[in-house]
Amino acid sequence: MIEAPTPADIPGAVLPQGQALRRGLRDNPLLLVGGLTVLLIVVVAVFAPLLAPFPADAGTATHPFAVLKPPSAEHWFGTDQVGRDVLSRVIYGARISPLVAVIVLVIACVIGVPLGIAAGYFGGWVDEVIMRVTDVFLAFPSLLLALALAAVLPTSLTSLTIAISVTWWPWYTRLIRGQAASVAGRPYIDSCRALGIPRWRIIVRHVLPNSVTPLIVQVSLDFGGVILTASALSFLGLGAQDPTPDWGLMVAEGQNYFTTAWWVVTFPGIAIMVTAFAFNLIGDGLRDLLDPRRSLLP
Amino acid sequence: MTVYVARRVVLAALVVVGVIIATFVIARVVAGDPAATWAGPHASAAQVAAARRFLGLDRPPAVQLLSYFGGILSGNWGLSVHTHQPVLSDIGTAAPASLELVTIALIIALVVAVPLGLVSARWPGGLADQAIRAGSILGVSMPIFWMALILQLVFSQRLHWLPAAGEYSPSLLFSHPLARLTGFSLIDATLTGNWPMLGGILAHILLPALVVAAYPAGLIARMVRAQVLDTVGETHIQMLRALGFRERAVFGRFAMKLAWNPVAAAVALVFGYSLVNTFLVEAIFDWPGLGSYATASIATLDTPAILGVTLFIALVYVAANLIVDILQAALDPRIRLR
Repeated sequence: MIEAPTPADIPGAVLPQGQALRRGLRDNPLLLVGGLTVLLIVVVAVFAPLLAPFPADAGTATHPFAVLKPPSAEHWFGTDQVGRDVLSRVIYGARISPLVAVIVLVIACVIGVPLGIAAGYFGGWVDEVIMRVTDVFLAFPSLLLALALAAVLPTSLTSLTIAISVTWWPWYTRLIRGQAASVAGRPYIDSCRALGIPRWRIIVRHVLPNSVTPLIVQVSLDFGGVILTASALSFLGLGAQDPTPDWGLMVAEGQNYFTTAWWVVTFPGIAIMVTAFAFNLIGDGLRDLLDPRRSLLP
Repeated sequence: MTVYVARRVVLAALVVVGVIIATFVIARVVAGDPAATWAGPHASAAQVAAARRFLGLDRPPAVQLLSYFGGILSGNWGLSVHTHQPVLSDIGTAAPASLELVTIALIIALVVAVPLGLVSARWPGGLADQAIRAGSILGVSMPIFWMALILQLVFSQRLHWLPAAGEYSPSLLFSHPLARLTGFSLIDATLTGNWPMLGGILAHILLPALVVAAYPAGLIARMVRAQVLDTVGETHIQMLRALGFRERAVFGRFAMKLAWNPVAAAVALVFGYSLVNTFLVEAIFDWPGLGSYATASIATLDTPAILGVTLFIALVYVAANLIVDILQAALDPRIRLR
């Protein structure tokens, strides 16, 4: 995803606490809405077996006599093309795309952050090589590269996760590199060197913690983007396979019956949208909280 | 300026080389055994070996990479397994429809989002600002394949306001056939004065274009807001206020003028993204562009076609960025002095 509006590279920004945090939340109700929605999604994912009216329908169960039933008191979201309860599958779906997003972002950080620190701290040819490689990755729109990779890998959720991770880390490398380069040039890092502190210790104790705040904002902004990418790939048939209750896959499966049975497509799609929306609200709100220029505005 | 342009062109060329290597790696290393795919699922070992020799896969990787490079540069992008046509000619047939779709979508996005961003920036924190911000975040949170299905259901299946699928209604094919000049249907229809056809295509392009416009519109509205808010604090804008210009002119004419540069850069970036987003939309609306071609290639595991489209869009993306960089440097001397 692109995050063109005011990138989060504010040097030395820290998350506000206490009163400042409360004021920030009051000024930006959207952040609060996003936070509560994400909390709700987490609760739904964790307690899925208790909340789903028909937990077995998230798996291999089929009900040939209850196919494509419209929403009713028994099946609030209706039933799908093999008679499974759509509500139960949407609830269990909260365990799939969000989890994929967490794994993708962790992998992207694990690859991207060390490379970014290395490029920013050491500079020179290390920097050149790493940044030219990220340039190539960033020359593909991320969905495109993920799609090409997922299309040639064997179809599975694991392949999908790998494909998205591969396209995501260069953003973090670039972000962290800028931060690390500015931190590495500051006098206290020179003092550390003069004191003879080992290089790895300077990096781990000083450069990393002072470079990482913008990354937190970017990761929260990217959460929605990864969920959208993952569900798009699933929709194209490049991710989870039936009977996995993946939201993107459910939309894809429902589209053949869509003109007569709107509910099969509509509810999983709303789940994707609400999840992406909630995370984007949080990311957007966090960026505002961290942006000192905001205090200048009325 | 010349030095700046030369530097940009060299960097872009390096990126293109990297992009070609990346598609090569995906095709030859990640994709399993292309010879086995080519020979089919029931091929004997001898047939696979013959396919391997035929495809040149028995040569050392470096030689293969060089011949792949040569092929790409000389216009030989391989044969599609599915259509049995050269991939490049398939892309040439499909690309105009997608480029038209994305262009119309970006025009819609700009027309809608720039005024909204300006309103948002003029009264920050107000009710309109909150609503527009929420709306623009919703725009970038939209699963567009789902939005495409919903709009199709509502506006064509239920309300019958707009056609559901295709590029124009089939009856026009006989009454007002489209003469092919440029391959771009909208341009061809305009050039030949084929107004019923032009109207038909515009009616068919509207729904898919609205769907593709959702993401860029959200992005542009947020960007305009952020840029204009950045600008209005600066001294020259306060000077304008002191000179007695009305707020409307301060925002619409002067602050927006400075915001256009980054917005143009974002539009160039988002052009490439929107081309990829057509993958999720075109098949639903049966729009005969790259997206439909790519989804068909994915369904038939047509690796040369998938990678051809990937390479093509990456090249468009690099070219769009290069053009915007150069245009910006030409318009704004601060950039080329950096």
